[in-house]
Amino acid sequence: KSTNFYKHMDSDKMVKLTLKRLSAEDEYPDLSQHNNYMAKVLTQDMYKKLRERATPSGFTIDGVIQTGVDNPGHPFIMTVGCVAGDEETYEVFKDLLDPVIEDRHGGYKPTDKHKTDLNSGNLKGGDDLDPNYVLSSRVRTGRSIRGFSLPPHCSRGERRAVEKLSIEALASLSGDLKGKYYALKNMTDAEQQQLIDDHFLFDKPVSPLLLASGMARDWPDARGIWHNDNKTFLVWVNEEDHLRVISMQKGGNMKEVFTRFCTGLTKIESLFKERSHEFMWNEHLGYVLTCPSNLGTGLRAGVHVKLPNLSKNTKFEEVLKKLRLQKRGTGGVDTAAVGGVFDISNADRLGFSEVELVQMVVDGVKLLVDMEKRLEKGQSIDDLMPAQK
Amino acid sequence: GGVRITAMTKNCHNDYKMKFSVDDEYPDLTKHNNHMAKVLSKEIYGKLRSKSTPSGFTVDDVIQTGVDNPGHPFIMTVGCVAGDEESYEVFKDLLDPIISDRHGGYKPTDKHKTDLNFENLKGGDDLDPNYVLSSRVRTGRSIKGFTLPPHNSRGERRAIQNLSIEALSSLEGEFKGKYYPLDGMTDAEQEQLIADHFLFDKPVSPLLTCAGMARDWPDARGIWHNDNKTFLVWVNEEDHLRVISMQKGGNMKEVFKRFCVGLQKIEEIFKKHNHGFMWNEHLGYILTCPSNLGTGLRGGVHVKLPKLSTHAKFEEILTRLRLQKRGTGGVDTASVGGVFDISNADRLGSSEVDQVQLVVDGVKLMVEMEKKLEKGESIDGMIPAQK
Repeated sequence: KSTNFYKHMDSDKMVKLTLKRLSAEDEYPDLSQHNNYMAKVLTQDMYKKLRERATPSGFTIDGVIQTGVDNPGHPFIMTVGCVAGDEETYEVFKDLLDPVIEDRHGGYKPTDKHKTDLNSGNLKGGDDLDPNYVLSSRVRTGRSIRGFSLPPHCSRGERRAVEKLSIEALASLSGDLKGKYYALKNMTDAEQQQLIDDHFLFDKPVSPLLLASGMARDWPDARGIWHNDNKTFLVWVNEEDHLRVISMQKGGNMKEVFTRFCTGLTKIESLFKERSHEFMWNEHLGYVLTCPSNLGTGLRAGVHVKLPNLSKNTKFEEVLKKLRLQKRGTGGVDTAAVGGVFDISNADRLGFSEVELVQMVVDGVKLLVDMEKRLEKGQSIDDLMPAQK
Repeated sequence: GGVRITAMTKNCHNDYKMKFSVDDEYPDLTKHNNHMAKVLSKEIYGKLRSKSTPSGFTVDDVIQTGVDNPGHPFIMTVGCVAGDEESYEVFKDLLDPIISDRHGGYKPTDKHKTDLNFENLKGGDDLDPNYVLSSRVRTGRSIKGFTLPPHNSRGERRAIQNLSIEALSSLEGEFKGKYYPLDGMTDAEQEQLIADHFLFDKPVSPLLTCAGMARDWPDARGIWHNDNKTFLVWVNEEDHLRVISMQKGGNMKEVFKRFCVGLQKIEEIFKKHNHGFMWNEHLGYILTCPSNLGTGLRGGVHVKLPKLSTHAKFEEILTRLRLQKRGTGGVDTASVGGVFDISNADRLGSSEVDQVQLVVDGVKLMVEMEKKLEKGESIDGMIPAQK
């Protein structure tokens, strides 16, 4: 007997697909060259069962898996290979998505509950990472607006409604969160240049992982960027998720970054609620986002940190793993490090709260910097090796 | 208990979108310059948005490529595609004006003539090989009963591949050949196909990828060619089939003969399986892009015209001859070393024989003009009347 976590929805949330083409065998994708989470899980029998249905907005199994069929693998990372087209996707196609979620999120079970904690007061320390090493600190997450389908599937009308609601909510922010919205399709050249210089501007996706799922349709209609006057709090509208919320600043004061993040997010959420719109959330999956890899907190908290000695040490990868951290180049997920500067962030998203994840980053980066200092002096780091978190 | 499953209405995604108003859903086409953007008013969009072809193709699907691609630097793009044969009927309020604009005023009541009788071509076997380096004729064909590349499923695509392999493997004589599936060729086969300039790759043009034609690549895509390497068929690229006849030199008559004979042999075999080609007396052969309706035929040569191409009247001559120029790399390239790809500009409203005749006669004239210019003589007396 499965527990229904979607208590707010009608029981009529699944529809039986009558518009089929040929047999399941004829339609089942060829995944023999593939290496992504979807390809590991989707058997022909599973496909046969799931092709009979659609979500109420008409999203089908083919819509879910298209990106994974079109992109067999990625050189650096094990990609997820599937997306949600709406909130109901995670229920209607749970036969596929539960195992994908379990595999991707460290054994997270269909019966597990996810804890949300956006109380920045619960973070210990984090205001004293050494700025000689930690160049910048940043926290990002995503949010979906309940009642609208997601970027792979949404119509122009839905996207515009999400933009309109977002502009209204963000326009009500005040104090150090007061800011301005820049719609992608009609910003001036000067505005565009400034946003590029600030590293705020997002462009039409070029990654085939995103394009194949349909997220770039109708670009740049209803896409935009909002940021506060201080340039420390930024919201992307209608890129890979309805909203991407980013708090960032130079230096190592992650506590301040996280406090602004929590305050801003909570304020935005209440502004949406005042307008009768909530964020998609449930007690099993936490915040519901387009990519199953971003479920739970959707949170990536990270720093740009100088670790030229440590990164060449043979134990670097092992240390990161024990600390539950991951490294990226400073250009983001698909880049390599430059000048010994790494982007270090939490590896987990689901099954840990926001506070817990940022705590891991704060504690872990502190340790990494201590190790770097030891290696600079030619000393050993053996006694600093952490236990598995 | 479990979740109750209800039967889906014909196109439940489209029904879901109808919750939003026309104003909410109508695309922003203010920065756009393609045939679709010129025609699609809010009124037409409002009328068509509730419709769906029997296979589920909607007006949003038709126009997606044109919404995502506002314009092209060199050519006026069409900005819309068909997802199936019925698209041209269900969305005629949009497609008829586009067809008229694109195909020189072709009216909804006009009839298109098909003529694949190569004997009706006059001449064409004597284009000067010192100037005409190669000759080629291509067209597309769609298999009735299946939806088109922007919309088709893996199962449909595979069925088309299977039918195509069956049809092609029964060809004999000069048409005897072999099929190379894209997902199963060896490195050696791939090298050879590239060296022969036969291999097509996954589309990178956003005009095609935005229309959904590259889904599931390279599943059920492949290349067939005869042993002589003069007759080539692409399976499941931008159309179900692209058929190409080609050879070095200027004997367009021979190229066209092989083209017509091969096409008709293939068509017979598909008909035997109750899957003939999509064709009707108004639009001729039905293809994915409205620009390829009618004959779907592009007959062309690679020809050396270094002097004529720099003459002030070059463009005017081409227009009068109903020809177009491209670089030797194809539609989006510039010419190299004075060598141009010259082909028919028309597709719909004139027959295959008519169009190849225009190429043959027109190229013959342009080569004569080139020779005159080489000798420093004037070509003013040779400028043709508008065909």
